[in-house]
Amino acid sequence: MLRLEKRPNPSKFWNYATPVTAVLLTMVAGGILFMLLGKNPFEAIKLIFWDPLFSEQFASYSRPQLLVKAGPLILIAVGLSIGFRAGIWNIGAEGQYIIGALCAAGVALAFYPSESWLVFPLMIVAGAFGGWLWAMIPAILKTRFNTNEILVSLLLVYVAEKLLAAAATGFMRNPDGAGFPGSRNLNQYPAAANHELFANTGLHWGGVAAFIAVLFTYILLQRHILGYHVQLAGQAPRAARFAGVAPARLVVLCLGLSGAFAGLAGMFEVAGPARQITIDFNAGYGFTAIIVAFLGRLHPVGIVLAGLLLALTYIGGELAQFMLNLPAAAIQVFQGMLLFFLLALDVLSNYRIRLGVSPRASEAV
Amino acid sequence: MDFSSINPVTLIAMLMVAATPILLAAIGELVVEKAGVLNLGVEGMMITGAVSGFAVAVNTGSPLFGMLAAILAGAAVSFIFAVLTQILMANQVASGLALTLFGLGFSALMGQSYTGIVPPRTPKLDFGPLSDLPVVGRIIFGHDILVYVSILLVAAVWYWLNYTRSGRILRAVGENHDSAHALGYQVKKVRILAIMFGGACAGLGGAYLSLVRVPQWTEGMTAGAGWIALALVVFASWKPWRALLGAYLFGGITVLQLNLQAAGVRIPAEYLAMSPYIITILVLVVMSSNRGRRSLSAPGSLGRSFHAAG
Amino acid sequence: MKPPLLSIKGLTKVYPGVVANSEVTFDIGDGEVHALLGENGAGKSTLVKAIYGLITPNEGVMEWRGVPYAPTAPSEARATGVAMVFQHFSLFDAMDVAENVALGMDNPPPIRELAAKITEVSHNYGLPLDPSRMVGDLSAGERQRVEIIRCLLQNPQLLIMDEPTSVLTPQEVEILFRTLRQLRSEGKSILYISHKLEEIRSLCENATVLRLGKVVGRADPREESARSLAEMMVGQSLHTPSRAPAQPGKLLLEVTDLSVTSPSAFGTSLRDVTFAVRAGEVLGIGGVAGNGQDELLGALSGELRTAPDAIRMAGDPVGATGPTARRALGLLCAPEERLGHAAAPDMSLTENALLTGAYREKLVRNGFIGWSKARDFAEKIILRFDVRTPGAHVAARALSGGNLQKFVIGREIMQRPSVLIVNQPTWGVDASAAAAIRQALLDLAQAGAAVVVISQDLDELMEVADNFAALNGGRLSAPRPVQGLTMDQIGLMLGGAEGGETDAAA
Repeated sequence: MLRLEKRPNPSKFWNYATPVTAVLLTMVAGGILFMLLGKNPFEAIKLIFWDPLFSEQFASYSRPQLLVKAGPLILIAVGLSIGFRAGIWNIGAEGQYIIGALCAAGVALAFYPSESWLVFPLMIVAGAFGGWLWAMIPAILKTRFNTNEILVSLLLVYVAEKLLAAAATGFMRNPDGAGFPGSRNLNQYPAAANHELFANTGLHWGGVAAFIAVLFTYILLQRHILGYHVQLAGQAPRAARFAGVAPARLVVLCLGLSGAFAGLAGMFEVAGPARQITIDFNAGYGFTAIIVAFLGRLHPVGIVLAGLLLALTYIGGELAQFMLNLPAAAIQVFQGMLLFFLLALDVLSNYRIRLGVSPRASEAV
Repeated sequence: MDFSSINPVTLIAMLMVAATPILLAAIGELVVEKAGVLNLGVEGMMITGAVSGFAVAVNTGSPLFGMLAAILAGAAVSFIFAVLTQILMANQVASGLALTLFGLGFSALMGQSYTGIVPPRTPKLDFGPLSDLPVVGRIIFGHDILVYVSILLVAAVWYWLNYTRSGRILRAVGENHDSAHALGYQVKKVRILAIMFGGACAGLGGAYLSLVRVPQWTEGMTAGAGWIALALVVFASWKPWRALLGAYLFGGITVLQLNLQAAGVRIPAEYLAMSPYIITILVLVVMSSNRGRRSLSAPGSLGRSFHAAG
Repeated sequence: MKPPLLSIKGLTKVYPGVVANSEVTFDIGDGEVHALLGENGAGKSTLVKAIYGLITPNEGVMEWRGVPYAPTAPSEARATGVAMVFQHFSLFDAMDVAENVALGMDNPPPIRELAAKITEVSHNYGLPLDPSRMVGDLSAGERQRVEIIRCLLQNPQLLIMDEPTSVLTPQEVEILFRTLRQLRSEGKSILYISHKLEEIRSLCENATVLRLGKVVGRADPREESARSLAEMMVGQSLHTPSRAPAQPGKLLLEVTDLSVTSPSAFGTSLRDVTFAVRAGEVLGIGGVAGNGQDELLGALSGELRTAPDAIRMAGDPVGATGPTARRALGLLCAPEERLGHAAAPDMSLTENALLTGAYREKLVRNGFIGWSKARDFAEKIILRFDVRTPGAHVAARALSGGNLQKFVIGREIMQRPSVLIVNQPTWGVDASAAAAIRQALLDLAQAGAAVVVISQDLDELMEVADNFAALNGGRLSAPRPVQGLTMDQIGLMLGGAEGGETDAAA
């Protein structure tokens, strides 16, 4: 019989080792899944994790894609990680991402066809503001009415999706688009376009923003009293109140920051890789970012690595879809399994696993 | 626009159908939360049930087998959550989210070859001439078996929780797991069983969506129904009959909103389609602002992990 | 010769890093009230858990009337005839009395029959109870009755009571003892666990003394003095805190008509609490658990806000300010719950030093944390208050109760408070740490601070306090000098009868 024994101090080793082990286990389980789908597991794994970076055939296209995809994931995930540490669960980043994009595109289109350099900074502000505003709904409902922020932020994703559909088919539709849904192409609107900063790197302003956000979060969590209060509130809410932390202010701060980051990600996406507002503009970054945050152990540096890895699964997944006819959903399953393994292995950080007869067999179940 | 096309009798009959999937999921989750566990994976379990029920029903030609399969599939994925949270002591919020993300991906993968297929029809129960009665005929005697099953389930859960020994033990475990453990109750076993019951109910609710309500398989077809079921449990203050009331209220809004779209109200369809989500949020706000009563009815150990010292 | 009711032979239980029980051996006979005596952490609770089937010992055997007895679950223990009243009650707040009783029985009758039986049995034993009341609304004394009735309904041969009087007023203790003596006269046996020596001397005919998991003595407590029992229990002669007579200085803390609604559903709201503390004074606030102690600490620490004038620090109204502002004025607190309230369990001692010391010790500048300063502060606390730990990097949860309590109290004292409020400063702390903490509080008062000690331990309050007041149902009695107070007067104050003497006469 296996049984768990709480460690007096959390294990440092397993803190670092669990994400790595979880990734390896997911590869094994994923391989089995691919085999069941009738694909060669080794080929599939290689196609997902190796070829996008190192194959001669694909790397030139795929490598820049890594930063394109990792940028928004990291940007959203660092924002979420602050709240998760405080025990404030914003799981509606997908909605904040959409609203950020809508606000930014709205600003851009309102000034169309302006050539002022002010348009782009204004879009950044609008994107962050939009995400912040959308996240303020669950924040204020939580602080004023004690409403569960998990449910509200998530339900607002669906509302945001409907708004997006209304925008793409209605109030933001391209007047010169022959009636097709979708807004103007922002890439053809120089004042608003978010182009690659260096050719073939995939780095656009969103990547820069993600980097700044990571740095900001690192300093906040490691050096600033506010970051300390965030962690205190997550680990021991009563002790946090005793220390003088106002829970309501923390809720507003955490949800606001994560919302603003998600909104920014949406802004850079719509002005850059996505080019325009369309019905299916959102690609699930807001949800994948939750996995990124956990895989990165809610630590800014970890989140950078996790964001790159999950970006790789996106790109590799597309590649596998193209080369092996592997269903797109397989990657989603893959990401879900990754989170399962991570949560399962997390037990090793806080507990020792002992072999032997449990002191009370019934509780070991 | 033409409001006369909206017939109140049809509306009530339709709202019962619209409410049934979330009612099933909600009553399952209610039991889970009464045992002190917060499973945010309802959406994932529902959609897993939806796809497995659909696939089995199509392949066997029997909706009944499909529903059985959905029950098993829902319970099976919820078992993953049970292992994570009860045995491996993982965070319940994160594990529930993981279950939802996994369920959405898994169902999309499994359902690929089933898009666009029409499932075998689930027959309405035959009440003979009763079904032809005006008004009550459609509302009371005009449904398929699951509508009745869901109502019976509410009654059964209510009776079981309040008037049986095992129901009392489940509530005790959810109220204070340390006390329950000290009295010798097996906290984890009770919780694992509750989680699997919740999974089975959510799975069945999902199958009802894909086999009866829509009936079709499309990716992500639950569209937040699982989350609404979670909100419904809060709305119901963890009381079974109020979950029924809430589900029918919600079903009514959904059906009305669809009817208004069909009647050609001059509001874009997207805005009408938002209304169920917005109303759910509003209801949550009203329920949760009443702090005193809420804290009395929410299970005392809800969402906390239990690890027996020693 | 007839075998004893329960005999325990060589029982050993080892937890990782700790030997909780080592070769414990003793017998309990029919109709015997047997005391199990020992300090916190001596292994009493582990031992009774083994008897009740909650844990399985590593070695040793138990015999019930000469037949081997090895319960693997409480239900087996109950079937044999063992019943237990827990120290921290095993009750469910949101369920009624009858349901709570039913949950503790293996084959409960239907609820309605059970309710009738509860009423009957509870009256027979002088512990009246209404079966339809919600347990969360009951007082601590009434909650204990629920536990006792639950046990009695199963007609046990052996009743285990784990620290039953820690939550009772002296008057309630008398009622309980009457019930226990009645049970003994019916031939039932009682295993009575306590560290209160006077109680044991008045109730028990046999005592087994545990220290660090081992049996270190057996005695007939009626023949021993409290002092000799205490020295058996502690293993060394005790240091009693010393102090010079108080020289009350200027008024530092004034609380006037303080009313606070409890934030928790089953909490106790404060009503018109009024008291004042002067420099150099120690005010002891007694009361049975759950009479508003947590709320009082919360209102004083700033976790709960009140009208500005309700609390004044050296004349300044602070009732509406938060914990940080109050700390800046020198009003510091140490709450009862060490893990989770006074300290964050998973954070290191350095991080926990920052928890209240951030601004007063200037560990934070412009919002940025000086980690090396915080570590220095933590190490200073560890050194001065003799906190046993490998270092400041250790997580708070890894410390023993006594050591963490020394750290928590030390953290506040090191910040030179002008007013210090402590709640249950020595709860669950071993005797030597408790003595050290009490001495530190007295020294602080001596140095000119006003100290408020909230405690359920009357002996402790009599030892450290100059003045005594009692909390009952959220109301505070008028403080009275400790000198000359009798136990009866204290009991009446705790029971809510204002002005002791006059009411005692009535």
